[in-house]
Amino acid sequence: MSQPIMVSGTISAAMPIPAKRWTYLNNVLQNPGPFTNPDYDANEVADRMSNMKLLGAGGLGCEILKNLALSGFKDIHVIDMDTIDVSNLNRQFLFRHSDVGKSKAEVAAKFVEKRVKGVKITPYNCKIQDFDDAFYLQFQMVVCGLDSIEARRWINSTLVNLVDMENPESLKPLIDGGTEGFKGQSRVIFPTLTSCIECQLDMHAPRAAVPLCTLATIPRQPEHCIEWAHIIAWEQEKPFPKLDNDDPEHITWLYKKALGRAAEFNITGVTYSLTQGVVKNIIPAIASTNAIIAASCCNEAFKIATSTNPSLGPEDNYMMYSGNDSIYTYTFKHEKKPDCPVCGNLARDLEVDPTLTLDEFIQSLAVRPEAQLKKPSIRSEAKTLYMQSPESLRLKTAPNLEKKVGDLVVDGEEIGVSDPSLGSVDFKYKLKFSKLFTTATNAAAEKANGNGTTA
Amino acid sequence: MTEVITDPTLPILHGPSDKEKKYDRQLRLWAASGQQALEDAHILLVNSGSGTVGVETLKNLVLPGIGKFTIADENMVDQADLGVNFFLDEDCLGKPRSECCVRLLQELNPDVKGDWFPKNKDEAIEQLFDGTIKFTMLLYTTPIARTRMELLQEYGQKHSVPVIAVHSAGFYSYFRISLPANFPIVDTHPDSTATTDLRLLTPWEELSNFAASLTGNMESLSAHEHGHIPYVALLLHYLAEWKQTHGSFPSTYKEKTAFRSTVAAGARTDTPEGEEENFDEAVAAILKTVSSPSISSSVREMFNYTPNEMESTSSFWIIADAIKQFYKKHNALPLPGSVPDMKAQSTVYVQLQNIYKAKARQDVAEVLGTVRSHPMGKNIDSAEIESFCKNAAFIKLIRGSEPSEASPANIKVLAEREFENDSHAPLTAIPLSLFPIYLSLSATTSLPTSNVSDIIDTIKNTLPDAASTPRIIEAAEEVARANGGELHNISALTGGMVAQEVIKIITRQYIPIDNTCIFDGITSRMQVLRI
Repeated sequence: MSQPIMVSGTISAAMPIPAKRWTYLNNVLQNPGPFTNPDYDANEVADRMSNMKLLGAGGLGCEILKNLALSGFKDIHVIDMDTIDVSNLNRQFLFRHSDVGKSKAEVAAKFVEKRVKGVKITPYNCKIQDFDDAFYLQFQMVVCGLDSIEARRWINSTLVNLVDMENPESLKPLIDGGTEGFKGQSRVIFPTLTSCIECQLDMHAPRAAVPLCTLATIPRQPEHCIEWAHIIAWEQEKPFPKLDNDDPEHITWLYKKALGRAAEFNITGVTYSLTQGVVKNIIPAIASTNAIIAASCCNEAFKIATSTNPSLGPEDNYMMYSGNDSIYTYTFKHEKKPDCPVCGNLARDLEVDPTLTLDEFIQSLAVRPEAQLKKPSIRSEAKTLYMQSPESLRLKTAPNLEKKVGDLVVDGEEIGVSDPSLGSVDFKYKLKFSKLFTTATNAAAEKANGNGTTA
Repeated sequence: MTEVITDPTLPILHGPSDKEKKYDRQLRLWAASGQQALEDAHILLVNSGSGTVGVETLKNLVLPGIGKFTIADENMVDQADLGVNFFLDEDCLGKPRSECCVRLLQELNPDVKGDWFPKNKDEAIEQLFDGTIKFTMLLYTTPIARTRMELLQEYGQKHSVPVIAVHSAGFYSYFRISLPANFPIVDTHPDSTATTDLRLLTPWEELSNFAASLTGNMESLSAHEHGHIPYVALLLHYLAEWKQTHGSFPSTYKEKTAFRSTVAAGARTDTPEGEEENFDEAVAAILKTVSSPSISSSVREMFNYTPNEMESTSSFWIIADAIKQFYKKHNALPLPGSVPDMKAQSTVYVQLQNIYKAKARQDVAEVLGTVRSHPMGKNIDSAEIESFCKNAAFIKLIRGSEPSEASPANIKVLAEREFENDSHAPLTAIPLSLFPIYLSLSATTSLPTSNVSDIIDTIKNTLPDAASTPRIIEAAEEVARANGGELHNISALTGGMVAQEVIKIITRQYIPIDNTCIFDGITSRMQVLRI
């Protein structure tokens, strides 16, 4: 290939901003490269960029806003329900000590609007779950670095369900990033077309919980003593009406309790910092890793928006980064799952012990890596087995919790498991009984009839 | 009468300090020692060109509280700067870029000092290297003149200071770290799953006796006791049995699989769960923990290395030599002494922990003795020796790098190797080499606005066939397209990576790269090469 061809068209800037400001962006916007699609049209791209509305959210928000603003996006919306905490200041660089207690979304939006002229940033000081489909439909793309798996699942299922095959505009690419210490990952999702966050859920297996009996009778680790103070001692003694993880007085109470417990069993290693870490489930976070992952996400957003180069998504769609031992990255294609509870339509097989009660079965769903459902509602082909809400239905279905699975469904029956707190996550399981089961009614009938035939 | 009892062994029950609160999320990664090292550091950035990647790096160092930073930059802020550099605003137009960036970076953290250079037009950046200021690390970005680059590298060599060169243009970047000398790291933070060292095949007397006391008459134990024998004791018990019947410990995969079945068969099934958790844990631990001691290639490298005169007087090499003697004598490294969590009664587990800790202390004492007998080993901190013993299996030695850019001969060898690998890519499914990106970017080090044929001509000086390699031509086209300008995202990402490396080097924790990292923002891949 010869020299890049010059084509006209620049990012339009508001009146007082000279075009020279975007010299470097225009280098790549006006000159297609060797990997740029041959149909690339710089004028059309400039038009598209000036009309794009993007949504950002989550703990990587500061980085994301800065990066999107300096990528030439003009209309950015940001959702964050959190207020600024002093422990954010080591990485969330738009916040100062004097901002502690204020809304993250509002402070961040104001700062970036002031620093980068010509960009409009609209903050929402609330949860992503507070908005409906109509709200999400107005954006062309969503870039987020949310800090909980629940929030990720919710936005993912919302964007997947937004897709209307008749309306290509309804497909909103979702770009997601997350970090932990020196490690992180970024991924690009084209809802319904490529592997979604729910397809990838087993990449983030939940940490195994310590059994309650270990906490109660045979603690061995400092963490066991802290969990004992947190789960058992607090409930017994109720030193304050409600546990507030951010109240140093409450953490100190737990710390002292844990220390006493540790002394009793000759366990060492309980510290204030560990207590806080265990109780709040603190994940180490640093500015540099956030910078890497947020910039990776925004680089993909820029490529998708401008077509200046191929983006992650259709082929490779996931980048893992680790900086602990040298720099190791792995960029690969995560395959879409046909039995995904959000973007697939096949039921997946699930082996289940029919003698479990429905309650025990529900609890087992919480620890399954591909499910991780804490408050699911369940229905069979024939009837509703258990509903978490509304309260009237919960009360009506609660008696089923004590019944055995085999008494509620038949071997091979399909059940639907959903969790409204995660959006439209809808698991379809085809239950396979792990052992023979005689239902309570049949057992009674057999007894009465004196033969072994079943209906 | 009230009695005031103060027990000095009780920890002080106060909450964290303000600094601990602010830095909580990072202290969990590098602890107070790492933080102190950061706060003692002074970094110099020699900035140029579109000027963003170095400033983004500094942002990620100012936030965690680096002691001091200085920006040397002769440029005045222009319109194009405001479109790529976040730490400038419209009030900065026409003013010195160094001063403006320092001012806006310092806002991020009042604990950090910032300085800039030159203060006036008569000053030349070269004055910074007369040796009056002791920098901890030097960082420079491109474009840069060869003479200045050599001056920086010279300073690094003379004062034993690492130098990092960073180049970001368009969708590509790379950075290269020159460590002035061999760089050993003790606190490498291996994954916790990798560190288990239980010595099941070479148990010492106290451990064997303790295990035997728990497994002596297993059949007669109550369900509760049987289900709470720690898996270490279970494995030692069944290993001893196995050795008696087979003559040796299970060593091949096949033998270990058979051994697994033997252990599994020992579990009682008349429990409410139909199994026993401690036996499950024992079975799961066999492949990883039942193995003869072996040392990693990096420990072997450390043992085989002969330190030069200056190095041999450093505490690291004196301790390393003592560890080597220990290894020769015992055919094992000092015991780290930690025991993973396992199902057990609290008292039994704590006893087991103490047996491992006692053995670890004994090993430390032996190494300490060797160190103290060294003519220069009198004053070495015993905590350093202890930490070395604990981390011995994961010590890492990174060799120093040549100060200047790699020699043409090395480039040739690397290019051959990388392109040879690429020719097998369809079969091996290994991603294509990013070396062409390095070649194309570094061809524009002094002239950022080079066009494709300039770039190819420069590469041809070392690789005459460059013009016929499609991958090099594509990379050159992509570099030429950027015309020397940075894209903010690529520089932000690269600044994040460089900052991670700076932190790893300054804290001497975790493992830095050796020595060049190339980033491709098109395929979202990175590659580390020693260039």
